Amino acid sequence: MGTRRHGARLVLALALAASGVGAAAQNRLEPCLACHGAEGQSQTPEVPSLGAMPEKYTLIQLFMFREGMRAAAPMNDLMKDATDDDLQWFATEIAKLPPPGPPAEAADAARVARGKALAEQQHCNVCHRADFSGQENVPRLKNQREDYLLATLRAYKSAARRGYDASMAEVVQSLQEAAFEDLSYFLAHDR
Amino acid sequence: MQSHATHRTVLRAAALAAALLAPFSLAAQPAAPSPGPATAAAPAPVPSIFIDRPSTPEAMKIAPPAPPPIPTAGDKLPVAKLTVPKGFKLEVFASGMAGARSLVRGDKGTIFVGTWMVNRVYAVTERNGKREVKTLYSNLFHPNGMAFKNGTLYIAEVNKISKVEHIEDNLDHPPALTAIYTDLPSDEPHGWKYLTIGPDNKLYFNVGAPCNICMPPPTHAQLRRINLDGSGAEVIARGIRQVVGMDFQPGSNVLYFTENQRDWLSEELPNDKLNRLLHPGKDFFGFPYCHQGNVPDPQFGWGHDCLKEVAQPLALLGPHSAPLGARFYTGRMLPAAYRNALFVARHGSWNKSKKIGGDIIVVHLNSDGTVKSWKPFLAGFLVDNNYIGRPVDMLQMPDGALLISDDWNGAIYRLSYGEAKTSKRAER
Repeated sequence: MGTRRHGARLVLALALAASGVGAAAQNRLEPCLACHGAEGQSQTPEVPSLGAMPEKYTLIQLFMFREGMRAAAPMNDLMKDATDDDLQWFATEIAKLPPPGPPAEAADAARVARGKALAEQQHCNVCHRADFSGQENVPRLKNQREDYLLATLRAYKSAARRGYDASMAEVVQSLQEAAFEDLSYFLAHDR
Repeated sequence: MQSHATHRTVLRAAALAAALLAPFSLAAQPAAPSPGPATAAAPAPVPSIFIDRPSTPEAMKIAPPAPPPIPTAGDKLPVAKLTVPKGFKLEVFASGMAGARSLVRGDKGTIFVGTWMVNRVYAVTERNGKREVKTLYSNLFHPNGMAFKNGTLYIAEVNKISKVEHIEDNLDHPPALTAIYTDLPSDEPHGWKYLTIGPDNKLYFNVGAPCNICMPPPTHAQLRRINLDGSGAEVIARGIRQVVGMDFQPGSNVLYFTENQRDWLSEELPNDKLNRLLHPGKDFFGFPYCHQGNVPDPQFGWGHDCLKEVAQPLALLGPHSAPLGARFYTGRMLPAAYRNALFVARHGSWNKSKKIGGDIIVVHLNSDGTVKSWKPFLAGFLVDNNYIGRPVDMLQMPDGALLISDDWNGAIYRLSYGEAKTSKRAER
């Protein structure tokens, strides 16, 4: 057990070193990466990948977790006592993690095409950028976990999740479940 | 209280009705089917915030900037970069309030500060000559509207207006809010409110259009007033897209208000407006048929005579410039030329390649209440097409100085005139 854990830490440390995160930062980021995954890629169901996430988006989400404006039990607890400077530090360091990649298995080309067309018709590619890498307060979507994307779209629709601004609340109101599934599939598998 | 879903349905029904009534106009639903095999029976309508958004690379670059959730440290505020006319002085009044927007002053001198996205209400107090900032309430629903009367603070959230009595005696243990008016929709787009108390002792506020451009349900796109206990609600003006600033003209008691016009029509049109309400309960200000008083909407404007139907604006304040706070100056500290002039804070544009605004303008009026002239007064929030701050609301202090809120930096500045220069200026 102890050895395995040590081994996991070593892998994590190597990954962080390779991604440009300084040694001092590694210890502080470790609790984040335990769930969100090393190298910016989450292996945990419904927990988002954070690699290459725009700094301002992460800052806003951490702020919302701290203030109870966005509910996610572990995050609300973890951020409870964080200072503004702490939030900024995490946002800055997380943005340095490498971007996540697509799932290894081959994607269903028809579903990808359908989701891509829908993403363009719904103008997702405007705020989230043409390559879905995100910008400023708008998150990166490219190769995000499919289950997280789907859960997020549903939560915006049911108002279980409120955005920092009202953009997503308005965007999802005209969309149905089938569209959420196609969008999530495309964004997760986009190459 | 009505649910989100109910209003969405009303909104969609209204949009559908508009489409049916105007079969030859550009309907709300896109005509072209989406490419690829369809998953649903019909393509989803384009979200209202993207209606008429061109897909040129230039337009694709434009998006509203979100205010940072973390305030700028007091010593990093951009006061030295802001310009004021000769003889005026600008200094930091208070800092450390993320998203600081609407300002009101309590009878005992507390400054109450409303916010939009960060959902908090702050109090700024002075104890032993030291200014302190305290978060009074958090996790409200966009508490942008603030008013104060006889010891009671009134707070307007998206879907309710509340009061809290004797607040200044209980700043350390703020009592729970008591809702006085809840007959309001919950739509977030333009759901945040500006609140003020009229000379008739009624609360005045807006219910914005729940979209960039759409046929609003009959409950939206209007100004209302209620008694201080929440009773007697009246719609006093219609056809108003969104208002985030208003004040009553001293003497005439006529309500003046700024109005933000639709996005994506073009870079230069429409202009945002300064209006006045001459005929409460009767005046119609144009939305969604006409913008800036005289520009018919490409979709909803067909069949409408804008100049005839619409209460015309007093002034056009620049395309997409986002005029928010509007306050008449009645104090004696500023030179006499500013007495009874209207100050307007232009938050600054987002829906424009080359941004404009990010300043406070001064509007001089004729004796009949029309606009004689307006010009920038305090400028400099916009640097190289980026904001270093964004002014929102103003508040005249008992000594005649003017407080100015900045929701980008989470700060309040104090504008004064003719005071001896202090060492603070040198410190900057």
